[in-house]
Amino acid sequence: MSLLEKAFGKGSILLNQTAADWQGAVRRAGDGLVASGCTTSAYTDAMIATIDDLGPYIVIAPGLAMPHARPGDSVLHTGMSLVTLAKPVDFGSNNDPVRAVFALAARDHDKHLELLSEFAGKASDPDFVNSLLSCQTEAQIRTLIH
Amino acid sequence: MKIIAVCGAGIGTSVLLKMNAEKVLRSLNLEATVEAADIETARASRDAQILLTTPELVEKLKGLPSEVIAIDHVFDLGEIGDKLSAAML
Repeated sequence: MSLLEKAFGKGSILLNQTAADWQGAVRRAGDGLVASGCTTSAYTDAMIATIDDLGPYIVIAPGLAMPHARPGDSVLHTGMSLVTLAKPVDFGSNNDPVRAVFALAARDHDKHLELLSEFAGKASDPDFVNSLLSCQTEAQIRTLIH
Repeated sequence: MKIIAVCGAGIGTSVLLKMNAEKVLRSLNLEATVEAADIETARASRDAQILLTTPELVEKLKGLPSEVIAIDHVFDLGEIGDKLSAAML
């Protein structure tokens, strides 16, 4: 199993979700981190506060957001969650509209680097977001990020 | 030459920017060290020639001696390569 696949614990992959706005989309992704035991809900608030404060710089590629906040007490384990959106939402970014949200929680500044490197390998594929959206089951997502 | 990839927390976007910048530098045969940092760390460290970041954060990096480059699409190695070589060559 790849580090990337391992980063997605039970309950961290939420497909075809509906969100009214970007806050809702980030909150769903935060719920995935909480469900899989990576974070407490304070981390979800911190991710939203970071975007409120600094803008939607976490929309890193067309259609793809990677919200995160600083390592801290609200992070229990390094991990990720994924929300795919049934209806895209705008973050106010050049890369809008967002259709897939990967939340990232890191315990410190080092331990997640290999994980991010694997993520970058997958996300560099221009078809990555489309492939994610075509997945209807968690098993299909796991095959894609394997 | 020192480049700092900058994002809000210093753990996500900046790390991806650093990884992709290193790939691009290797393929263009350009010499530089690349670090990832949050905004405060990048502002405090005044020894980088280039700060690599995303468009939303450019304002926060004004007034420093470094050249600031904004990357729209973090995985677009072509965009990173064009902008880095324009700044370095």
